[in-house]
Amino acid sequence: MLLLTVENLKVSYGGIQALKGIDLHLAQGELVTLIGSNGAGKTTLLKTLAGLLHPSAGKIHYTGESLQHCAAHQRVRKGMALVPEGRGVFARLTVQENLQMGAYSRSDQHEISADLARMYELFPRLAERKNQLAGTLSGGEQQMVAMARALMSRPKLLMLDEPSMGLAPMMVAKIFDTIRDISAQGVSILLVEQNARLALQVAQRGYVLESGAITLSGAASELLGSDAVQTAYLGC
Amino acid sequence: MNMLAQMSRKHRAWLAFAALAMLLLSLPFITDALLGRGWVRILDFALLYIVLALGLNIVVGYAGLLDLGYIAFFAVGAYCYALLGSPQFGLHLPFWIVLPAGALLAGFFGVLLGAPTLKLRGDYLAIVTLGFGEIIRIFLNNLNAPLNITNGPQGISMIDPIRIGEFSLASTHELFGLTFPSVHLHYYLFLCITLLVIFVSLRLEDSRIGRAWMAIREDEVAAAAMGINTRNIKLLAFAMGATFGGAAGGLFAGFQGFVSPESFGLTESIMVLCMVVLGGMGNIGGVVFGGVLLVLLPEALRHGAGPVQQALFGKMFIDPESLRMLLFGLALIAVMLWRPAGLWPSRQRRRELSADDDAAQRGTVYDAAK
Repeated sequence: MLLLTVENLKVSYGGIQALKGIDLHLAQGELVTLIGSNGAGKTTLLKTLAGLLHPSAGKIHYTGESLQHCAAHQRVRKGMALVPEGRGVFARLTVQENLQMGAYSRSDQHEISADLARMYELFPRLAERKNQLAGTLSGGEQQMVAMARALMSRPKLLMLDEPSMGLAPMMVAKIFDTIRDISAQGVSILLVEQNARLALQVAQRGYVLESGAITLSGAASELLGSDAVQTAYLGC
Repeated sequence: MNMLAQMSRKHRAWLAFAALAMLLLSLPFITDALLGRGWVRILDFALLYIVLALGLNIVVGYAGLLDLGYIAFFAVGAYCYALLGSPQFGLHLPFWIVLPAGALLAGFFGVLLGAPTLKLRGDYLAIVTLGFGEIIRIFLNNLNAPLNITNGPQGISMIDPIRIGEFSLASTHELFGLTFPSVHLHYYLFLCITLLVIFVSLRLEDSRIGRAWMAIREDEVAAAAMGINTRNIKLLAFAMGATFGGAAGGLFAGFQGFVSPESFGLTESIMVLCMVVLGGMGNIGGVVFGGVLLVLLPEALRHGAGPVQQALFGKMFIDPESLRMLLFGLALIAVMLWRPAGLWPSRQRRRELSADDDAAQRGTVYDAAK
């Protein structure tokens, strides 16, 4: 069953068209990656899907419903969670408070506490630092906070915006392991990345975005082997 | 043994609380006896400013929206009281209607200011709010023609005193064998309202709404991605802050018996902002402390600077009035240099400093980067 379908999505900033008609889809439980270079429109697409930007044309359907009149905060309630670019942790709140903010749209206190414990299991590093201010953590730890926080809303669809950005290689590997774990638990993931090789290694399918349009799509393994991707993104 | 220690700690807390309550209750009498009645009046103003500062703390401290025109809400509350309870229109509505009306009207103005500025942040928001504050003041200054509403620069005088039933706060009363002059009575009323505002602030801080404000302050995009309706929550911050400001304004009008646009200038806005920033943004104790300090310090300098010069040099070198602002400015700079988080920082900031060495070090790096 398709969880998300995007048809002919166009987004402009003032007069500049950032997305020129995007079509993509994501099935329940799938891990799909969207790769592309700086300025291709990856973040714009995720922000539009999360409801933070408004498209000038096109349709977004989520669990069969149109999201046209659905504000950002309502989309969270429907199970869409965004881990924003640059992580966007609440710097002057503690790790624990950050995670609790993730459950803002929920009211089932019992379940929230259980989920909190589960997050600390998934990210033991955060358990050690739960009373520390999120702004004082390292980049990788902040990425963990951002991901755990998004998971606290119990998403059906997790949208990750460049989780590897600015992280040490060791930490990148760790974050990608976690992404694989989350996917294995049945959460559908839309992963936006510049690190094409890693992204295509974890994903099942991939899209290549260039200057606001999708130029290539297919199974991740095929893309990983294709000449176009090899020369443009993998530097071979 | 452990229980005993705990008991005594609880005991100590109660003792401290009782001592504080006694101090607050007897403060006007002590001040009256030691420093004179003028200082009781200054205490009254300090309480009003605390209410104002706590209101602004919601907007600036919790939600992180820099508001430089906050005094406009104080003005709206004061003029609402003045217009509904003075010979200006011949209306003499009772206190318990006028005060809430002023607070609500100010809250409405808060939304009015908030709605067009929803997408603005930082410097841009500061400029718009600054303009808003000036607009209100200029309106009050000029709404005397063609239809006289505010009486223009002359202001409105002979405002009804605060009266609860038949009990007027403007006259001296004998109660329990004690004489309560008007300033003392106002002190007790303002104290009650200040405590109420502190209580509301405390509850807000710990609430879902309070956490949403702080999330918006930290990162608005991420806050929206958490499912926070950022538009409504920001409007709520403006409205709540303005309501507190309006209530303080109404009390001010009833206390003074006179309002004019002059009392609501930019310097007043800056003053209230200084209380919040200096005391410790986002921390209720700090804001209260900042309010008390910033009302008392200039007054102390005003009354103290002259005699001190006389005693030291035998003559007056600098007019105390100008010296006062100079010293005040220096004090502000000193605090910002040595205690950038405020005199009494919020619990987050304290935690940041008391975290383990490693984290504390990274904390300072983070602070510097900010």
